[in-house]
Amino acid sequence: MTRQSVAKAHEKIQELAWEPLYHEPVSQYGTDYTFQKAKKKDPLKQVLRSYFPMQEEKDHRVYGAADGAIRGNMFRQVQERWLEWQKLFLSIIPLPEISAARAMPLLFRTVPNPELHNGQAIQMIDEVRHSTIQQNLKRLYMNNYIDPAGFNSSLRNFQNDYCGTIGRQFAEGFITGDAITAASIYLTIVAETAFTNTLFVAMPAEAAANGDYLLPTVFHSVQSDESRHISNGYATLLMALADEGNHQLLARDLRYAWWNNHRVVDAAIGTFIEYGTKDRRKDRESYAEMWRRWIYDDYYRSYLVPLEKYGLEIPHDLIEEAWNQIWNKGYVHEVAQFFATGWLANYWRIDPMTEKDFEWFEYKYPGWYDRYGKWWENYARLSHPNGHHPIVAEDVDYQYPHRCWTCMVPCLVREDMVMAEVDGQVRTYCHEACRWTDVEAFRPTYQGRETPNMGQLIGHREWETLYHGWNWADVVSDMGYVRDDGKTMVAQPHLDLGDQKKMWTLDHLRRMPPVQSPNVLLNEMSPEEREAFHANYVRGGPAGRPAPADA
Amino acid sequence: MTTAEAAPEATERSVPKPVFTDAEAGAKEFPDSKARRFNYFTPSKRKQSHYEDVTVEVQPDPRHYLAQGWLYGFSDGRGGYPLDWTVLKAWGGDRPEPERYPGSGGKGYDWPAHGWHEFRDPNEEWELTLYRYGANVVRQINQNVEIARQAKAFEQWNPNWVRFVERNVGAWMHVEHGLGLYLFANANRRAPTNMHNNAISVNSMHKIRFAQDLALYNLTLSEEIEGFDGKAHVDTWNEDPAWQGVRRVAEQLTAIDDWCEAIFAANVVFEPLVGELFRSHLVQHAAPGNGDFVTPTVVGAGEYDYAQRDLRYTKAMFQLLVDDKEFAQHNRQHLSAWLSTWVPRCLGAARELQPLWSQPDAKPPRFEEALDRAKSRFSGIVTELDLDVPKELNQ
Repeated sequence: MTRQSVAKAHEKIQELAWEPLYHEPVSQYGTDYTFQKAKKKDPLKQVLRSYFPMQEEKDHRVYGAADGAIRGNMFRQVQERWLEWQKLFLSIIPLPEISAARAMPLLFRTVPNPELHNGQAIQMIDEVRHSTIQQNLKRLYMNNYIDPAGFNSSLRNFQNDYCGTIGRQFAEGFITGDAITAASIYLTIVAETAFTNTLFVAMPAEAAANGDYLLPTVFHSVQSDESRHISNGYATLLMALADEGNHQLLARDLRYAWWNNHRVVDAAIGTFIEYGTKDRRKDRESYAEMWRRWIYDDYYRSYLVPLEKYGLEIPHDLIEEAWNQIWNKGYVHEVAQFFATGWLANYWRIDPMTEKDFEWFEYKYPGWYDRYGKWWENYARLSHPNGHHPIVAEDVDYQYPHRCWTCMVPCLVREDMVMAEVDGQVRTYCHEACRWTDVEAFRPTYQGRETPNMGQLIGHREWETLYHGWNWADVVSDMGYVRDDGKTMVAQPHLDLGDQKKMWTLDHLRRMPPVQSPNVLLNEMSPEEREAFHANYVRGGPAGRPAPADA
Repeated sequence: MTTAEAAPEATERSVPKPVFTDAEAGAKEFPDSKARRFNYFTPSKRKQSHYEDVTVEVQPDPRHYLAQGWLYGFSDGRGGYPLDWTVLKAWGGDRPEPERYPGSGGKGYDWPAHGWHEFRDPNEEWELTLYRYGANVVRQINQNVEIARQAKAFEQWNPNWVRFVERNVGAWMHVEHGLGLYLFANANRRAPTNMHNNAISVNSMHKIRFAQDLALYNLTLSEEIEGFDGKAHVDTWNEDPAWQGVRRVAEQLTAIDDWCEAIFAANVVFEPLVGELFRSHLVQHAAPGNGDFVTPTVVGAGEYDYAQRDLRYTKAMFQLLVDDKEFAQHNRQHLSAWLSTWVPRCLGAARELQPLWSQPDAKPPRFEEALDRAKSRFSGIVTELDLDVPKELNQ
């Protein structure tokens, strides 16, 4: 930087913007929000003359650490339990990052403030940075970690795996539908401002505790950009709040974005942090404790609540309900149990929990053992092939769940499951808030108001539907989760490499009963049968237990 | 008598303990233990490049692996990156998405599913390269301007040249800024693969950086040259008749809906016929004679962005479409039509700039000569792409 101060330089680059005289730029994305042209300062105050060297310096640190990790044999100290979950996480996260880059143009024409566009363009290239630096981290893991399977097939597997599909909402929600709903409220106001705290701050701390200091190096570098993006969102939000006609839409979008982020991010990151760690010190924070600090206190109480006086209707009920799900209803534990139930449909290995893990869970979440302990003991018992099926096809007091049509995480807190007939199909939802999202929010009218720009939930949202009636061995082959001997599965319910007798192969799956789609079966029922099924389902749980037989 | 006080009990800090796990590559042999290549795409050359590893297949495709399809759509129900956001086509693009239904399985077409996925950015841009490049450019520009300032180099400028730089070099920043944001950054949402969209994003940042380089250079000149009007560029851009043709066509470029047409019109037509005409054939040639060795280094950085990097990926991108095994003829027709549309517009803008050639005291080569060279450069690009030079070039 020369003698010119950043503030002076930033003021100068405001002279670059101009109003069109002859032709308006193309308008390709719609919104139901209205904005008045207003002088809103670019909160980033970023000038590329200082930005590029700053990012280059950050790169030097990241790549220096990467080099050091390899020379220092970091992988001799990395916990496999942890790295295996990175096969899922690092297959998901580059797409949300690059989608955030793609989302920025949605705001150019809809938010009439050229000064903000400068910040949005810088966010765009930041996101290109994040996506490729994360791909590079995955590549390094693939090259240096003991088991490259699952890293080497990462992006194919992410795209056809049900867990990847759940995670994909965290990307597609940014780039389609109403431009403000997607690129501002869902992306910057909720995903980046609230949930990157657990993604990029809490999770790296856990990585370090498991011998992996590269993930913190990369993700803290990423997070240092996120703080600028949060300012982008805040500036747009204040502009939206200035028009009272937007308040109803803001209330809708905050409810949807908050709940969907909670369902998706807490499911994944909660599982990684609680079930992917070997660090069982009693004074290390649990995910619930981190959530309370990072999201409830830092985001909800410090960021959102002060906006109430400007007319922002905050979904207090859903924020308390998210906490209720995590603390009282075992949301993260239910999800981890489901991931482990379906280990064979994934592309990473899931380590059984041990006595030491049980003790920690019981200490952090009193009552955990009574709910989940027995099931995890069964998981360990069934982890090596020995004439039995994978746990999903064994009798371990677990009822395979229905999927939530909206968030696509299964309806694991059984008592909350609701159903609705939509567009000629009976759908199940994990919670009333997810039913509302599909049935009421993502529609062309909302509370009597025309919302022609609102997006739609599309796609084949229940994974099991695609494989209804298939043999499990064919399912795993079709998805490509097979190692280079042509029969050993990528996924394993244990970490014991090197002894082929302990490895599950396609041959073991051939004997299993076929996959059944819960949604296909549900739609084959008569209305009365469905009502009875629903009444029974909501009496099930916790820990996936079927409803007790009537006395 | 002394009493030994009991030493306070040492409390061990609670920290995670290092554990030897032996989880490094090669520690054991088992199926896949040596499979250390991304196996979901075919590299364009014999070996996968680092660029490909961090870029290819990040943006999914329902024709390929995306078994459950796009999950969120616009209000018309369309999600992702529709192929018909451009009229150009790549082989396989007309094949319908694989049908998925109860019991269908999840497989799509084999890699690469369709021709769009064959594009690779010859600059191999990803984060490491783009920051390294950007940081080098801004460092060099800073150094050039700073040493010129220390050497009092701006005192050598004659008054007419000062006016020329404050008005005309200043006005060009608006072109770069407008196209960088509203054409290139905008187009990064539109293309069907990550390879396209990342290359377009980097192009966008080149332009935005160059716009800022010019603005901050303008700020330095305001501080260093007495009487330098740092706001004159705004009036020039808004009112000078010589600039209204450039402004009209720049605005028209941002109004293009088809992302391929936007990139093609900007990088294949506008840049050689207007951009290089102004930057290389006017500013770069006129500056030395007017005692200015600094402006060419600032403008030269932007020129290099275009000539050596942005044009390079653009040619690779359209070459594939021109040579497409299924849609070459279809694409050629559209590209020719775009040439016929945009060449007259850009030539019109170029000619309106002509009065600028007579403004400096030390004159650059004549406008017609410069335009001939720009036309020749344009013809070379079009010919390299195996397209016909449009007859409109002779207007």
